[in-house]
Amino acid sequence: MPSVNRRVLPGFSLSLGYTVFYLSVLVLLPILACFVRAGTLSFDEFWGAVWTARTRAAYTLTFGASLASAIINSVLGGLIAWVLVRYQFPGKRLVDSLVDLPLALPTAVGGLVYASLYVKNGWLGRFLVPLGIDVAYSRLGIIAVLVFVGLPFVVRTIQPVLEDFDKEAEEAASSLGATRWQTFHSVILPTLYPALITGFALAFARSIGEYGSVVFISGNMPFKTEIAPILIVARLEEFAYGEATAIAVVLLIISFSMLLFINLLESWTRRHAS
Amino acid sequence: MKRSIFLKLLALGLGASSGLACRSNETPASGAAGASAAAPAAPASVELLNVSYDPTRELWRDLNEKFTAAYKKESGTDVTIKQSHGGSSTQARAVIDGLEADVVTLASYLDTDAISKKGLIKPGWVDEFPNRSLPYTSTIVFVVRKGNPKGVKDWPDLVKPGVEVITPNPKTSGNGYLSFFSAWGSVVLRGGSRDDAVKFVTQLYKQVPVLDSGARGATTTFVQKKIGDVHLAWENEAHLEVEEAKGELDLVYPPISIRAEPHVAIVDDNVDRKKSRAVAEAYLKFVYTDEGQEIAAKHFYRPSNEAILKKHSATFPEIKLFPVTDIATDIADAHKQFIAEGGVFDSIYKPKD
Repeated sequence: MPSVNRRVLPGFSLSLGYTVFYLSVLVLLPILACFVRAGTLSFDEFWGAVWTARTRAAYTLTFGASLASAIINSVLGGLIAWVLVRYQFPGKRLVDSLVDLPLALPTAVGGLVYASLYVKNGWLGRFLVPLGIDVAYSRLGIIAVLVFVGLPFVVRTIQPVLEDFDKEAEEAASSLGATRWQTFHSVILPTLYPALITGFALAFARSIGEYGSVVFISGNMPFKTEIAPILIVARLEEFAYGEATAIAVVLLIISFSMLLFINLLESWTRRHAS
Repeated sequence: MKRSIFLKLLALGLGASSGLACRSNETPASGAAGASAAAPAAPASVELLNVSYDPTRELWRDLNEKFTAAYKKESGTDVTIKQSHGGSSTQARAVIDGLEADVVTLASYLDTDAISKKGLIKPGWVDEFPNRSLPYTSTIVFVVRKGNPKGVKDWPDLVKPGVEVITPNPKTSGNGYLSFFSAWGSVVLRGGSRDDAVKFVTQLYKQVPVLDSGARGATTTFVQKKIGDVHLAWENEAHLEVEEAKGELDLVYPPISIRAEPHVAIVDDNVDRKKSRAVAEAYLKFVYTDEGQEIAAKHFYRPSNEAILKKHSATFPEIKLFPVTDIATDIADAHKQFIAEGGVFDSIYKPKD
């Protein structure tokens, strides 16, 4: 058997087979079912279900709020990861564990708690509402809970990269006369870009699909705070499966194109960085 | 009160967190497991699944306990009844998709009929049990803050300047669309025209600051977050809400409201396959007995037995309860005209300027 088994670990075809199988059963099949169900509609029905002033407002809100929260998370999450990796302080393990909590907590609980904190008699709301800052039942509230659910994704993707970061490169930069800003901007940040983009994409994707927490804080007002998943539920209540899945299909297509774009961007920066 | 609301909140959160398909199952009251003295003809033990909607949990737990005891005595058969609760139409979809319910006790005719349309329940099911398969009914009433500071007594009071109304989204909630139907009927059944009704509901929903997705969410908004002046609630929920608030909230009966009709039905396909029809029938008939009716009243559902309803007239004041057929051909037509895509409700919300 010469030259066949060039890989270090054997079993490429077997593991690829498993990967394809699992991906198909877990991801592709349900998505395919979505498309098939939406395909039972005529073109006019499909278009009528997915493209009205109201659904457009909902898509804009869903993607806008997801984008905003992912950007906030990239900054905040980057900062938290930095602090957790670079500094030693008492209670660090505790803070580190706290980061994962949004993943464990049922998001509806998160949404309810956020809403009750920010209503006019809530702990934070009693100070903010008199200033004209309405977080509960507003778009701001939606972004706030999306930041909450997306946070772990950014922190956890950046953390290992920062941990592996070669401190000597920083020292070299500063001994060569770089200012702190230059060191950060030209030495540290470029190595972080791929991880940052991955974290951004994960947080973004997570936010698009988020339902549980948002319904409790958004107030669900059509054209103002109504996210796209709410429209899906509304159509399901009418037993309009086709129309409901049609909206889901639109969300899927937009999300998929955006994630694909982000992935391409990530691999481009990775190549560029090295 | 604090604690119980917190628990409710948590339960609500946990329930809803499973997202689009939230449902909880529980196995309560069953007779003793060893059924040695079973009557020869009847099977020794039978298991039933009752698929119901959210607020009926305690009602059915109570009914199940009494029924299993009574049935055991009568036939010697042990019955175990499992309950499943969730949003009414979510539950209907679950049954359509194969949840093996022997009986369904859902919030609305629409939901039961959706199952029937898929062939799982025989047509004509609505006449299978007395009183159009309605062992109990309910309605929509007002819950207001202590002392009713905004003086809300009737539907027109809801659109007075400065009154905030809490009611869930008609598109996603039975409580929501029944509130809408009530508001609509309060106009057209008292001499108003269709235009008047459109104007009224448009103004009404302008005064709704939050459209929660379901009944319990709206309750949380009103009770716990203290948003709004009046809450349009299920009658049975309203009683519990006021009872629990210990003087902080008052119950107000408007002179007119909708008659909510939570039908019961046997899922023919499933009972035939599981050979549980006899027990399922006995189970639903039990709700019509005096004992069953008293339990319904205790949980603030209006008993269909007139005598027992009268006995509880302190709990159930006599107001004009109109059937949905007074404002539309039937509930499906009402839903289509008012709530579904392109209906009156959609026209209320115009793109923001």
